[in-house]
Amino acid sequence: MAQSIDSGGGQSVGPNASGAGAKAGAEAAKWYDLFSRGARDWLRHDEKVRESVRKHLPQIVSGGDVINDAARTVRVPVRMLEHYHFRLRRPEEQQGAGQGKAKPGDVFSDPSRQRGPGEKGPGGQDEGEIQLLLEFKVDDIVDWLWEEMQLPNLKARVGPSEESEYIREGYDRRGARSRLDRRRSFKEMVKRRGTPGATPTFIDDDLRFRQLARRRQPAIHAVVFFLLDVSGSMSDRDRKLAKTFFFWVVQGLRREYRSLETVFVGHTTEAWEFTENEFFQVSGTGGTVSSTGFNKVREIIDARYNPGRCNIYLFYASDGDNSVSDAAEARESLSSIAADACYTGYVEVSSGLSRQLATETGRLYAELAAAGLAAGSYALNDFDDVWGAVRHFFTAESRALDGTG
Amino acid sequence: MTAEETWQNYVQRIEDLANRSGLSFHPVDFEAVPDSFMMEIAVYGLPVRMPHWSFGVRYIYQLIQRHMGNSRLFEVVFPGNPGHAYLAASNGLAENILVTAHVLGHADFSKNNLLFRRCQEQVSERIVEHAANHARQIQQAIETYGMQRVEVVLDAALSLEQHIDVDLSLRRERYPEYLTDAKPLVDDAFRKRFAALDPSAAAVGVEVKKRAPVPPHPERDLLWFIANYAPEMESWERDIFLAVREESFYFYPVFATQIMNEGWASYWHARLLREASFIPQQAYVDAIKCHSDVVRPVAADQQVALNINPYHLGFSMWEKIIEKDGLDAARAIMQQDDDFGFIRNHLTRELVEELGLFRYSARNDGQVKVLEHELTALHEAVLSPKYNFGAPMVSATHVRNDGTLELSHDSSVDGRGLDLERSRKVLDYVHRVWRRPIVLTTVNQAGSTLELTAP
Repeated sequence: MAQSIDSGGGQSVGPNASGAGAKAGAEAAKWYDLFSRGARDWLRHDEKVRESVRKHLPQIVSGGDVINDAARTVRVPVRMLEHYHFRLRRPEEQQGAGQGKAKPGDVFSDPSRQRGPGEKGPGGQDEGEIQLLLEFKVDDIVDWLWEEMQLPNLKARVGPSEESEYIREGYDRRGARSRLDRRRSFKEMVKRRGTPGATPTFIDDDLRFRQLARRRQPAIHAVVFFLLDVSGSMSDRDRKLAKTFFFWVVQGLRREYRSLETVFVGHTTEAWEFTENEFFQVSGTGGTVSSTGFNKVREIIDARYNPGRCNIYLFYASDGDNSVSDAAEARESLSSIAADACYTGYVEVSSGLSRQLATETGRLYAELAAAGLAAGSYALNDFDDVWGAVRHFFTAESRALDGTG
Repeated sequence: MTAEETWQNYVQRIEDLANRSGLSFHPVDFEAVPDSFMMEIAVYGLPVRMPHWSFGVRYIYQLIQRHMGNSRLFEVVFPGNPGHAYLAASNGLAENILVTAHVLGHADFSKNNLLFRRCQEQVSERIVEHAANHARQIQQAIETYGMQRVEVVLDAALSLEQHIDVDLSLRRERYPEYLTDAKPLVDDAFRKRFAALDPSAAAVGVEVKKRAPVPPHPERDLLWFIANYAPEMESWERDIFLAVREESFYFYPVFATQIMNEGWASYWHARLLREASFIPQQAYVDAIKCHSDVVRPVAADQQVALNINPYHLGFSMWEKIIEKDGLDAARAIMQQDDDFGFIRNHLTRELVEELGLFRYSARNDGQVKVLEHELTALHEAVLSPKYNFGAPMVSATHVRNDGTLELSHDSSVDGRGLDLERSRKVLDYVHRVWRRPIVLTTVNQAGSTLELTAP
């Protein structure tokens, strides 16, 4: 409880300050209770941080370790903003004055001096290192990114579908009590009573009930196949690159499709389907035979998805070292998938070496694209490339879709 | 409630006692306010101040500090006539009695210290109202021009808040536009004859006004200089610069006399409490406990502190001075000095030994080494964070024909170059209001000249 001891008209800075006419009576709250200026400025700071995070989003999210897909959020560690002043350079050795039991020549260590400049401004604030962990919704980020990178929205292939849904349609004189439309019933009653000789209150004929009807909905289903080469030649880093790329592809596709299924397939000389969690941890040994992976995908499509009703996407990540003897089979298998799919993409992860798609698989995709199928490829050497790859695919994909209708 | 009422009963008696003890102060309005508001005053430095995100950062640091329980504010006092003192509502009776006495010490100091008086004459004795007025004016600017544009100006102005020149007056005239000392014409035989032939023609032809360079001398008061000479600033933007500058003029004496001022107030609260026979026994004991917490040099669980508690240092120095030379001499020092003179003249060798002050050098890896005792060097170690309002010496030296602003950092005074990364950011801020290129000269690590530019 705040109380002024000087009740006899002490200077009040309130009305000047807030400009909100906080002319408080003796009983009313004091002007400074009305809002917290510190909190206001803190919120402004927060807003600025978010703005700047947003500006640098592609760089920030391309770092592999910000993805937390279960929670549908991305955590970005940020430093508090510093308001800069002219300052002297931090010297190698800083002199200061202290107090206590110490003799000349004493040496001790002060861990608080190990990082960051500690010189104080006149505000007396040592802008030390406090890290904030801002959490962003993935959906928001994806929206910003699409805006930022001016990526096109995909056009979905709309299939005839069995999916049906109840929707509200029409009224009837009979129905379940829970569907009684009061407003409409009342109107009916008023209309009836307008005629001469009407009975006064509601009668059963006045009642109107909302009706439901079954409607077919066009299906906007999509399934994305992520095919990953897990052979011995793929390093952990390669796989992480692929994962980051896959993550953002899923996010991009989710913008368009209400229900998006993901299928994870890994292959070496054989192919297996994995759950999402296993997918990025498995590691096989041995060579690379891409056709096994493509065949597996084909198999799954045939078994579970109808290409006429479902939008199929295939993204393949590999280092491209397919065995030469496999070329013909891989081509055949992939072409059959590409014919059914909305788009097939290939990212070549080759950290260190930048061979730029001059590999077996690279050539295969180039042929496919040349044949007019919706296919594209991109070389991914570094986390910085992830955004280029995502942009490349989404622009190419929408072009491909425009072309095919 | 009752605690507050009884505390109020003591205010008059403490004031009377202070008057009898020779303190002389303007009336002070005491007000008990909630802790949250106390914290805001500490963050902003004034009860109502302009909005800016950087205060939000300080606010969070304060909140964290408070949650960790290592800072507690008892009072904040604003000099003026009348002075304003805000007391934390959570203070107990004993604390409030102590704080009241402390506030009167501050009020005496700010009324009599010459630096305070000078700055108050310039800024007026109603800084609290002025600052509130600035806040309102800036709020209006935000409504008219939008947050973004106002923030750009505040970013620049507040980043230069230490760069004022308190030796010159708050309200300065612009530089003279023309050089006054035009060279006298050579007084040769030809001219004499020429003048004799036709006096009017001789007088006309020679008067050539020469434009004075801007600035005519290196200008330390960057806020004033930019507000007055920026080629493309709008008048409301200039007003914001001048508002920030006025508040800096208010903050300077607070900053430059902190050790003296806090010491003086601590000395007087201790003394008034001792002499106040009307305070109940228990309250006195509690208040003295509180006093010893405030002036404690080293935290309870530590042997050594790597900074100096200004309350403790000032308090001990004033006690020593009054014990040795008497109250009148102390009052004269209080009136005439600031921390620089106070420390250099009155922090004696015995006192240093008595208090256990030392000088150290800290390396970046966290190793701290205590250095040899040397009095002058110790004085400077205490004072070095206070030189030039705690900021490097940066002055405006020239404005080129294309409007480029040349700034120069005087590394011979500061001993080393600027933190380049931060300086670049400051230049970016300033560039957005100066709206022409900016060049800053400083030195690099090796001591050779270096130019930073924006953009």
